[in-house]
Amino acid sequence: MLSASWVDRIFKVITLLAASAVVALLFAIIIKLYTQSSFSIDKFGFSFITSTDWNPVTGEYGALPFIFGTVVSSFIAILIAVPISVGVAIFLTEIAPRWLSTPIGFLVELLAAIPSVIYGLWGIFIFVPFVRNYIQMPLHDVLGWMPLFSGPPLGIGMLAAGLILAIMIIPIITAISKDIISSVPILQREGALALGATKWETIKYAVLPYAKTGILGGIILGLGRAIGETMAVTMVIGNRAEISSSIFAPAHSMAAVIANEFTEATEDVYLSAIIEIGLLLFLVTFVLNGLARFFIWSVARGPRGGIRQ
Amino acid sequence: MLKKTGRITLVLILALSLVVTGCGTNQDPNSDPSGKQASITGAGATFPYPLYSKMFSEYNKLHSQIRVNYQSIGSGGGVKQMIEETVDFGASDAFLNEDEMGKIQNGVIHVPMTIGAVAIVYNLEGIGTGVKLTQETLTEIYLGKITKWNDPKLVADNSEINLPDLDITPVFRSDGSGTTSIYTDYLSKVSSEWKNEVGAGKAVNFPVGIGGKGNEGVAGQVKQLPGSIGYVELAYATTNNLAYAQLRNKEGNFTAPSLEAASSAAAGAIADMPKDTRVSIVDPAGKDAYGIVGFSWILVNEKYEDENLKNELLDLVKWMYRDGQQYASNLHYAPIPEEIAQLNDENLKAVQ
Repeated sequence: MLSASWVDRIFKVITLLAASAVVALLFAIIIKLYTQSSFSIDKFGFSFITSTDWNPVTGEYGALPFIFGTVVSSFIAILIAVPISVGVAIFLTEIAPRWLSTPIGFLVELLAAIPSVIYGLWGIFIFVPFVRNYIQMPLHDVLGWMPLFSGPPLGIGMLAAGLILAIMIIPIITAISKDIISSVPILQREGALALGATKWETIKYAVLPYAKTGILGGIILGLGRAIGETMAVTMVIGNRAEISSSIFAPAHSMAAVIANEFTEATEDVYLSAIIEIGLLLFLVTFVLNGLARFFIWSVARGPRGGIRQ
Repeated sequence: MLKKTGRITLVLILALSLVVTGCGTNQDPNSDPSGKQASITGAGATFPYPLYSKMFSEYNKLHSQIRVNYQSIGSGGGVKQMIEETVDFGASDAFLNEDEMGKIQNGVIHVPMTIGAVAIVYNLEGIGTGVKLTQETLTEIYLGKITKWNDPKLVADNSEINLPDLDITPVFRSDGSGTTSIYTDYLSKVSSEWKNEVGAGKAVNFPVGIGGKGNEGVAGQVKQLPGSIGYVELAYATTNNLAYAQLRNKEGNFTAPSLEAASSAAAGAIADMPKDTRVSIVDPAGKDAYGIVGFSWILVNEKYEDENLKNELLDLVKWMYRDGQQYASNLHYAPIPEEIAQLNDENLKAVQ
């Protein structure tokens, strides 16, 4: 029989291997993306990131419209999804009776299991006409003079992409926030109530400050899904490589252009440019993740419990 | 990020499976007692896949020793696999340029196998199939110069229809596709302005409009957006009951897209066709011809090391452009005319 110290040692090696496999895989992907895109990197250099031209016929490739589309659509999604998700999570854990919170929680998690291509098809046939008739047209009539809401209300476009992404990441952020909030110690709540706090004050001063780090972690996961989402976005964003000030205008995203053009890219420089977009998508994800982590760090430094100085 | 890794893995697996099946072709004489068992591997265009799939399964009923493994990974992928010599034949919706042909070690012969027609579909409430478009009006719509359905130029051709005061939203294919290749080839041929400013290709930088992914994406956007106009494969327009336009042809007649009009377009193009069939047949002569049509080719090498494989492959390909054509119409593909089949016979004599 193996001695206990041997078991420990083997266990340590196995977990180390598992951890290094992830790191190795990540580096292998980055290296492959870099070598495969070297042609395009050499040819266009930094202008690849600043140019807005994407023209396979003339061989001009610039990725800025795609970066813009990915960042803005993810931003819209987070802006809409976070308040809703945290609201749902608070309702399910703090307010709703158990007979109501269990089925609703289950349904929210079911949303997360819907494949993105289904979201895309539902988006194009049902959601986009809805957005056009009930969101864009009223906004266009009232606020059409603002550049942000200018242009014809097509339904398809940046706003529709942001909204559908919001719907897709709500279940993720909700599920994580719910677990985090329900793991806040009951003493925390009892303490606040004993001091005469109302339900709202208990949630605001005792529960949320304790849970905020975890909730922000959930938001990062949601953001990750929004950035990488392909099928649902390409169905509703309009796939037009242009930067517009209006959220009604059609746009494009990095994941969408790769999915759209990879299979038929025969010329070397074309293929290389598409792979470079993959590499940039990696970088954008790193940067946005880093920013989000910095944000968490700066927020999480505050008081952890119900004590406010 | 997970998705991207997934895609790369998929490509690797696909490539690996092609390599593996490719090896199988060359070194597997034992499984059949007659020693003639052959599996033929091909890859390429997605547009003709339903037709090819039907043809291969029918051929297998006639010749049970032949199994064809066809991967519909896209025309570009088919050409790439030909260059890397991982497949026995390729398939493409666009003919190869000199540069691509030069990269294929064993040479390549283009064999037209079916004809694709592209229908112009639109969404105008209360107006069915049959709005008339000319070469000029269609180009100007996609250049963003005609922006309203009641533009005088459109009204002039459609005096019997009451065209509404509605914005036109052009819809294009956002994914690289043979359909876009045929369509932009047509626009480049009928308009020098389009040729100079936009050009032709599987993916181009459309001056106006929104992009839909795949035929289903274009059809979906046209269906849900009043006033939109788009282009899809004919089969897709007819099976989904989309309203489509009549297009003025070279001789001034307005023709609707149909299998007959597509075949007639190919027949009309034969007079000026180079022997290797590497030609665009858009806007052809013939009073019944429809303008936006193109060949879909099977690509065969000029040299095969394996004699048995070569013979089996040639038998298969010859069967496909003669007897196999009987399955085309039912699946909404235009059969190739007999003249093209004869040209194919000539060209395939060069295979060694």
